[in-house]
Amino acid sequence: MLAFIIRRLVQSVVVMLVVSLIAFVMFRFIGDPVDQMVGLETTVQERELLRQQLGLNDPLPLQFWHFVSNAAQGDLGISYQFKRPVADLIGSRLPATLELSFVSALFALLMGIPMGVYTALNRESVLSKLFLTISLIGISLPTFLIGILLIFVFSVYLQWLPSFGRGKVVDLGWWSTGFLTVSGLKALILPSITLGLFQMTLIMRLVRSEMMEVLRTDFIKFARARGLTNRAINFGHALKNTMIPVITITGLQMGAIIAFAIITETVFQWPGMGLLFLQAVQNVDIPIMAAYLLLIALLFVIINLIVDLLYVMVDPRIRIEGAEA
Amino acid sequence: MSDALLSVRDLVVEFPTRKGILTAVDRVSFDIARGEVLGVVGESGAGKSMTGSAIIGLIEPPGHIAGGTISIAGQRIDNLPYEAMRRVRGKRIGMVFQDPLTSLNPIYTIAEQLIETIRTHMDLNERQARDRAIGLLDQVGIPAASRRIDDYPHQFSGGMRQRVVIALALCVEPELIIADEPTTALDVSVQSQIIDVLKRMCADHGTAIMLITHDMGVIAEAADRVVVMYAGRVAEIGAVRDVIKDAKHPYTKGLMGSIPTLMQDSDRLTQIPGTMPRLTDIPPGCAFSKRCPEAFDRCFVEQPDCRPYQGRDVACLLYDEGKPQ
Amino acid sequence: MTMDSERLKPPGLWARVFDSDIWYSFTRSKVIMAAAIVTLLIFLGALFAPLIAPHDPFDMASLYLMDSLTPPMWEEGGNPVYPLGTDDQGRDILSAILYGSRISLAVGFASVAFAAILGISLGLLAGYMGGRVDSIIMRIADVQLTFPSILIALLIDGSVRSVFGGIDREQSAFYVLVFSIGLSFWVQYARTVRSSTLVEKDKEYVQAARLIGLHPLRIMASHVLPNVMGPVLVIATINLALAIITEATLSFLGVGIPSTQPSLGTLIRIGNDFLFSGEWWIAAFPGAALAILVLAVNLLGDWLRDALNPRLR
Repeated sequence: MLAFIIRRLVQSVVVMLVVSLIAFVMFRFIGDPVDQMVGLETTVQERELLRQQLGLNDPLPLQFWHFVSNAAQGDLGISYQFKRPVADLIGSRLPATLELSFVSALFALLMGIPMGVYTALNRESVLSKLFLTISLIGISLPTFLIGILLIFVFSVYLQWLPSFGRGKVVDLGWWSTGFLTVSGLKALILPSITLGLFQMTLIMRLVRSEMMEVLRTDFIKFARARGLTNRAINFGHALKNTMIPVITITGLQMGAIIAFAIITETVFQWPGMGLLFLQAVQNVDIPIMAAYLLLIALLFVIINLIVDLLYVMVDPRIRIEGAEA
Repeated sequence: MSDALLSVRDLVVEFPTRKGILTAVDRVSFDIARGEVLGVVGESGAGKSMTGSAIIGLIEPPGHIAGGTISIAGQRIDNLPYEAMRRVRGKRIGMVFQDPLTSLNPIYTIAEQLIETIRTHMDLNERQARDRAIGLLDQVGIPAASRRIDDYPHQFSGGMRQRVVIALALCVEPELIIADEPTTALDVSVQSQIIDVLKRMCADHGTAIMLITHDMGVIAEAADRVVVMYAGRVAEIGAVRDVIKDAKHPYTKGLMGSIPTLMQDSDRLTQIPGTMPRLTDIPPGCAFSKRCPEAFDRCFVEQPDCRPYQGRDVACLLYDEGKPQ
Repeated sequence: MTMDSERLKPPGLWARVFDSDIWYSFTRSKVIMAAAIVTLLIFLGALFAPLIAPHDPFDMASLYLMDSLTPPMWEEGGNPVYPLGTDDQGRDILSAILYGSRISLAVGFASVAFAAILGISLGLLAGYMGGRVDSIIMRIADVQLTFPSILIALLIDGSVRSVFGGIDREQSAFYVLVFSIGLSFWVQYARTVRSSTLVEKDKEYVQAARLIGLHPLRIMASHVLPNVMGPVLVIATINLALAIITEATLSFLGVGIPSTQPSLGTLIRIGNDFLFSGEWWIAAFPGAALAILVLAVNLLGDWLRDALNPRLR
């Protein structure tokens, strides 16, 4: 088990290094950093001095090392558009994105898993067919269109919920939260549904197909032949086995939510990292793009490690190395 | 025959498919007495496993029992509602499947699976159920049962796992065990051990066995009587000794000819020409007629019934009164 | 899989198709037939847009600013000349949708083709070469798979536009999109083809090909490709829907097709600005067209997957 976790840790480090390399290549070679930082009237000598100061004349491996070690210390360079440290910019936007992603993930899991289980157990029922139809529509409607639709119905037509922004936020140290005010919570509803709907349908379909697969296995047949109750078979045996693959893929989806927040944040003018990143793409602000890539990769890696630990907890075949396994 | 434990009469199992209805089991009748070991032999697809599944009420939809009756100790069980049938499974009829590797739920310990089954059918507390489970594991020959009971399935070898499966099937002392190819997936070296365990356990508890296999050797070793099935129908039923020494049905004769023996010094094993027809194109008349070396004109049009002949039942027109000389 | 790909082999193809499970399941489901018809109609509408569209939305000279923001014909103030109304520049929405789906579908097909060719080639290469080439390609695939395709497309889009900053956006947008979307989708093809290649690699005909002096990779390609046709077709269909969504999303985010030659996503972005002032039709009709198109293609993809994979039925 320890070997398993160590192996996963090493893999995570490799992934982070690869992503760092990509970010570094973007940072270093896409557009000349010096051009972006100085005006047209700067002399060649001044430029060369700046190059020297920035270490752009060092050997590339050394530059990469500086890039990685700076990034590890939170120094992600200066934004071309805002002329401010990227780390500060991202830090101020992080809470908004994480809160939105968290609520969306919760929504996707709390709705998706029960719907998946229900449709796997009651394949012919009308409600199952309704769920499946909804899921197909949920997968087919682009996220931004769902957002627009929700805004049109609940903000423009019914005027129940706000269509943009985070509402009133409360500062807890450097973290600004929307969880503590009514307007903050109301502002979360539409964006969370928009962001979570796609993941919800994915989770529902995944749980459904995995559970149907498990229900066909020999050990379920044997459990039935032993006369166990339906409840024990479906929820004790089938659901727990279903959750093993579901945990893995759901973990990846949770990471995807943070990235998909780009779209939702644009539709709802949500002041998060995604909106910052999109502005960076539009204005070719490479340091922000590179930093965002690194941050997303880091979040992915963290989520994956948590998923692996959960996996170890659920599956005894990994937890206990058997005599012949 | 009135004191039979299990009585199957004219059982028909059908599968609707888009090419029409397939009859997987066609008017099969037989009895099993208390404590008896009845072998059921035939090629794969002959309907023997399907008969077993029908008895325990676990035919996979869309397959279903389309006719006939199944009774245990005089009580009909083929038409019981789901919940009533569930209480029969495990409690009165147990089942052992082919593959011990997949019959056990990999994420629960042996103890959890045994105790759950025991407590589903018997009014015992956790402690008592555990003691009973350890006793059972001891009886099926698991060394250090009180310690190994808390292991997971993957920590046991194939033969040991099949012992656990037998313990699970027998843990509330059913009157009948259906063993569907219990040794096929195992190493040759442990096959006879498992058959011994099964026989001994059933003898100790007075349990009857329906032993489904394609292996005449297993039947010869373990069974009292044997049912020979071909293309969903019964070809011959009789005492194992009689059938092996003096088979009547041409198919059974062919089946016996294919068994190697040490006693007789025959030059080569005989083989039945052709293959068993697929369920989609069973010929009219006798299902075996096209491969039968002794077939005559009536065999191609008239379907033989199973009739008593010299102390056994044979479904063959050769032993019919209207046989041409 | 093998059975179905056997079925796709040339001789007597149609005869076999009509006898197959695929055709059977096709005729059984009205929903699938409807989806096929809708997809076909949209394809035809997009293909013949210049012939059937009532107006040319790109011809600036024919636009009347006076007619801008006309509601659909059945609403008050509507004009039958513009059945679905007009946008802020007086463009006919119906015509813009027809031309827009043309662009959306073109981007979709082109990026799926790009992704498929790239993925199949890399998959063949990885499976055949094995060793270091294989592990490099597959590690890249693993890392890329952890990121959602929209993020990858955005990053590539941003980088490409930065590198080729000077090039005219109107001209390059199409290719940049195809490149970024295609590059974010190749992994699935590569994985499928690789595993199939690994199976074929050790078969005798590959050795035989080498003996008679043919390049084994070429021979293998002709044996592997028929085997993976089924799964590749399924991936491509589902990817087409995804590519259309991704294009629309990028255009909606303002980094895709510019508004002078709007795709469906661009039209929705334009309409989104007018949602609050009551001109709902500008976003609604392109949105509905996009949703129907993607839904229909997804239905076809779903059905194709189930039909080619009997285990799931």
